[in-house]
Amino acid sequence: MAKVPVQFTLNGAEKAEFVDSGTTLLHALRDKIGDTSPKGGCHQGTCGACSVIIDGELRLSCLTLAETCNGAAITTTSGLSQGGVLHPLQRAFLDAFATQCGFCTPGMIMAAKVLLDQTPNPSRAEVVEALSGNICRCTGYEPIIQAVLTAARSNSQRAA
Amino acid sequence: MELRKNYFADQRKDDLHEIGQPRPRSDSPGHVTGKTAYFADRNFPGMLHLKMVRSPYHHARIRSIDTSEAEKHPGVVKILTAKDVPHNVYTILILIQIGPEDETVLADGKVRWKGEAVVAVLAETERAAQEAAAKVKVDYEVLPAVFDMQEALKPGAPIVNEYHGQNYYLYDSGECRKVRFGDVEAGFTSADHILEQSYQSSPIEHAPTETTGCVVVPEGNDRFTCYTNTQAMFFTLDNTSIILQMPGNKLHFVGGTVGGGFGGKVDVIVEPIAILGAKLTGRPVCFIYSREEEMQISSPRAAEKVVIKDGVMNDGRIVARKVTGYTDAGAYSRHSPYGAQKGAGHYPGPYTIPNVWIDTYCVYTNRTPSSAMRGFGVTIGDFALEVQMDKLARLIGMDPLEFRFINAYRDGDMKAHRQPTEGAALIECMQEASRAANWPVAEKYLAMSSYAKGA
Ligand code: FES
Ligand code: FES
Repeated sequence: MAKVPVQFTLNGAEKAEFVDSGTTLLHALRDKIGDTSPKGGCHQGTCGACSVIIDGELRLSCLTLAETCNGAAITTTSGLSQGGVLHPLQRAFLDAFATQCGFCTPGMIMAAKVLLDQTPNPSRAEVVEALSGNICRCTGYEPIIQAVLTAARSNSQRAA
Repeated sequence: MELRKNYFADQRKDDLHEIGQPRPRSDSPGHVTGKTAYFADRNFPGMLHLKMVRSPYHHARIRSIDTSEAEKHPGVVKILTAKDVPHNVYTILILIQIGPEDETVLADGKVRWKGEAVVAVLAETERAAQEAAAKVKVDYEVLPAVFDMQEALKPGAPIVNEYHGQNYYLYDSGECRKVRFGDVEAGFTSADHILEQSYQSSPIEHAPTETTGCVVVPEGNDRFTCYTNTQAMFFTLDNTSIILQMPGNKLHFVGGTVGGGFGGKVDVIVEPIAILGAKLTGRPVCFIYSREEEMQISSPRAAEKVVIKDGVMNDGRIVARKVTGYTDAGAYSRHSPYGAQKGAGHYPGPYTIPNVWIDTYCVYTNRTPSSAMRGFGVTIGDFALEVQMDKLARLIGMDPLEFRFINAYRDGDMKAHRQPTEGAALIECMQEASRAANWPVAEKYLAMSSYAKGA
């Protein structure tokens, strides 16, 4: 099968790969580049576990072809902590017991990050809406919502 | 969190350091940084992908299997059928002597539910495996199927599973698990009212966010490392050892990290065939359920039917209870004989009833095999029992919470299955619930305790 070159930045680092045409970004990230923080829960755009940030927008990497990401800036949950210091969202998820099995967590954190980047002080309803494409089957929604609200508060305190 | 310390104060030493203290979970740092390694996060060079050819019929005889076209498909490395599996007929609870072996790893001559695994295809890519699987030709002779437990128990119903010979699990107590306590008919005769109701549930899928699967690596020395999301590591290892006729020391299972299980990952389904594939090809093998397979193929919670007949007095005492429970195992046993047995012990509920009669059946139908799920065998029963309790209270015009106080079990009470009650706390829970829910009950119930009557 014909290979196509793809080149983008992943969490700030340059990446270049040859992939089969039609390869999903999820597959390219996990199996080619080795960033397994996006998870495959359905491979059909229904669970949100594969969520990543492409050029500031929340995207389902299972429905995004790798070859469409040339030149993009991609962020995943594995790139959030800086020098071993957790991102405020990661800290808040940890402190609020917002993870159980953890499989939905990287996708949840991506969705929450895009929300807070665009709406630093969201209402509860805005948090619920922002997470509505992410399924958690361990029934952790309430702690997750609280974690996002807490992270928003700690962000705005730091900004103040 | 609030710890109430006024209950059972004499039984408790207040020198606990961990209970009641929030402590960080040891696995959370990995979860929030995306570093936790789930089985599918392992990728090995040369890894093959396994896809199953599944039965499109609920019940059919297999006349022939033709894999010749599939074998020619580019990328196909190996195709497995029943004859490749050393010990193809198994049952997971054989480890605790609950037989007979009644399920095939790959169908042999017959399929008994829609979705049953028939042929395993191993290929270089997932896509090649999928395309080749579609080229496997299986010639079926469709047989009459039975989907309803009552129909399955009727004489002349199609036999679902020949390893049992009849459409119910044969316990050492006969066609059902039985509990007999007191004289239930005398209880009904003396009762002021009798209420008989049926309750029914459908199968429930666990739908974990991470689908079932494993990755197997041959270590080159006849040993195999299996990265798996099973909830039952040693159960799976031991059953795999039986199925593959391979000593356990050849099998190295790595797991414990499960992306949601809820009981749905305790069956031994993906590991034996993936390890066999790795053994016969010498290559790493990945077998992971698609979302569709997770929803359609993995065992759900069993459908249940519960028929409860109660005799109750005007003063609120339940004097007789007769329960007939049916658990739909689907086509194979898996954990269901155990679930139905749990129900038998459980059906009186947390209530002391002097005359009890219970029969629970584990029934075979041509539905997807059911298995474990959070409190299986008792959860649906509890739904039925508590709805029945409300109906009984209404029947005699009593407050439903006070009605439960009257019947609540207490330390020293003999349960119907002959276990004396110990450490009961139902009364205290209900007292607290009455306060928390602002549902007042008479003072005498607030003065009750679970301690043995007269103690
Ligand atoms: S894996 Fe992409 S939405 Fe589920
Ligand atoms: S923590 Fe398990 S799916 Fe959300």
